[in-house]
Amino acid sequence: MLLVLLVVVVLNFFMLHLAPGDIADTIAQTMGGADEQDMAELRKQYGLDQPFFIQLLNYVVKVALLDFGHSHFYNLPVFDLIMERFPATLLLVFSAQILSIFVGILLGVYAAQNPNGLSSLFVNMFSLFGYAAPVFWTGILLLIAFSLHVPIFPVSGMRDITIESSNFFVHFFDVLRHLFLPMITLASIFFAYYSRLCRASMLEVLGADFVRTAKAKGLSKKDVLLKHALKNSLSPVITFAGLSFSAVVSGAILVETVYSWPGLGTLAFNSIISRDTPVLLGILIFSTLMVTVGNLLTDLTLKALDPRIKI
Amino acid sequence: MLENEEIEEPTIKPVKEIFQTFFKSYSAVTGLIILIGIAVMGFIGPLFYPTDPFDMVWMPFSPPGADGFLLGTDYLGRDILSQIINGARVSIAIGFSAALVSCFIGVGIGSFAGFYGGWVEETLMRITEFFQVLPTLLFAMVIVALFGSSVLSITLAIGAVSWASVARITRSEFLRIKELDFVLASRSSGSNDMALIFKVILPNAAAPIIVQSALLVGAAITFEAGLAFLGLSDPNVVSWGQVIGSNRVYILDATYTVTFPGIAIFITVLAISLVGDGLNDALNPKLRSR
Repeated sequence: MLLVLLVVVVLNFFMLHLAPGDIADTIAQTMGGADEQDMAELRKQYGLDQPFFIQLLNYVVKVALLDFGHSHFYNLPVFDLIMERFPATLLLVFSAQILSIFVGILLGVYAAQNPNGLSSLFVNMFSLFGYAAPVFWTGILLLIAFSLHVPIFPVSGMRDITIESSNFFVHFFDVLRHLFLPMITLASIFFAYYSRLCRASMLEVLGADFVRTAKAKGLSKKDVLLKHALKNSLSPVITFAGLSFSAVVSGAILVETVYSWPGLGTLAFNSIISRDTPVLLGILIFSTLMVTVGNLLTDLTLKALDPRIKI
Repeated sequence: MLENEEIEEPTIKPVKEIFQTFFKSYSAVTGLIILIGIAVMGFIGPLFYPTDPFDMVWMPFSPPGADGFLLGTDYLGRDILSQIINGARVSIAIGFSAALVSCFIGVGIGSFAGFYGGWVEETLMRITEFFQVLPTLLFAMVIVALFGSSVLSITLAIGAVSWASVARITRSEFLRIKELDFVLASRSSGSNDMALIFKVILPNAAAPIIVQSALLVGAAITFEAGLAFLGLSDPNVVSWGQVIGSNRVYILDATYTVTFPGIAIFITVLAISLVGDGLNDALNPKLRSR
């Protein structure tokens, strides 16, 4: 896990190094030009006159000490900027992931009971939609629907600043209401994958001997389905959840931009517009961290489901 | 070599049979027709509908159908139909070439990992895992933001981040096939490693790789649309995602400016996925009951 982070950091450095122009150029541009001497001075100040490997080492050490550089657009340390936005993204990514797994499993179990019926057809159609519709477009359509036609959920931001209550729960429900649309949008890509996976693995498990035994024992249909069949068919679903974390984070960037959700995605969008490269690189490191932690959590869940699995 | 071909034959289905299975499926043929239609629209369409997508041709926000503009005009008074026609070219071109790039990288890495095993496999699969953990959109954003947003850099960026699945599939096919008799036969008749990898094993591993690459084309098109939506598209060419992104601010006044390009993306990716399913059935009948 640490290795992955180290590789991202080194990769960041290489891309910065290979890209045309350096930080001295950027600063000179915002100042409206600088002569050769000033440029050399700037490069010395940022350690750009040092040999390649020393620069690489400096960069890695700086990142390890949580110094991601300085955002020249916000005039703040990148780390502070990111920490301010990080919780919002974390909330969005994990709630969408949990919602899509949950709904996906429900749909999958439902469809598996009647493999050739309407519900299976519905799940298949749904999965095609989830694959083909770009997530930012789904988001915009939902936004139009909920702002023009059924204005029950707020369509932008994360909090209502007009609320003047000191009650924690008032704020909590306010955030939940704001979270609803971004979460649904982000989860909509993955409902389909989970329901398809769950349907397939349920069908497989429902034909197994132990399910027949459970039925023969006289267990109720609900117990057979949920306690015996479902628990044994979950592992492909959870495995996929681990693999899809990076896709969820990618989708979150687009969804956040659509709903102006104050997380890393909108920060990334703004830093592209303002050419604020250190912020973008910091976000890349942080979201990789988020994905690795997500992978770790799925591994632990898998182990809890099936003690035979070793990590 | 003669003997080797005799053993090889049964694992690759005859081309004629593949075509027959493919064209028997209604959904696959529909997908293919739509896809060809969109490609024709993108590459020949501008000849028949010569309005420049960057030209201000009429008042802004003219609704669809009014004033002779079938899909209306956007916030700068540009013809949306023309933007969709010209955007098709970019989407299709970037989608296919990015998928080709990732196919090359993925097959290269996967085949060496599967064929050589040992530390080569260990290293290469670690790299592949790394690219699976990396949030791909962000990584591509960084590449495009640092190296400029030209069609070429966007294509390479998309290709460079989405090859992991191809590499995994190629590796697992290679692991399976390299133990089969005809590979041993070919090796004992004196083929070197390169010939074994690219002439003997790869053709037999092609089916799942082709199917995966077909799905990658669709993913690459949505990927490009996402980048363009965030403002990272080549400013000299019009693209569907870019039309949505630039009209986003005005959606409450003119919903159609984002609906139509979105429908274009949706239909294209849907068609590709239908073709991919058809290819899957035609090339790999065992996987049909997935």
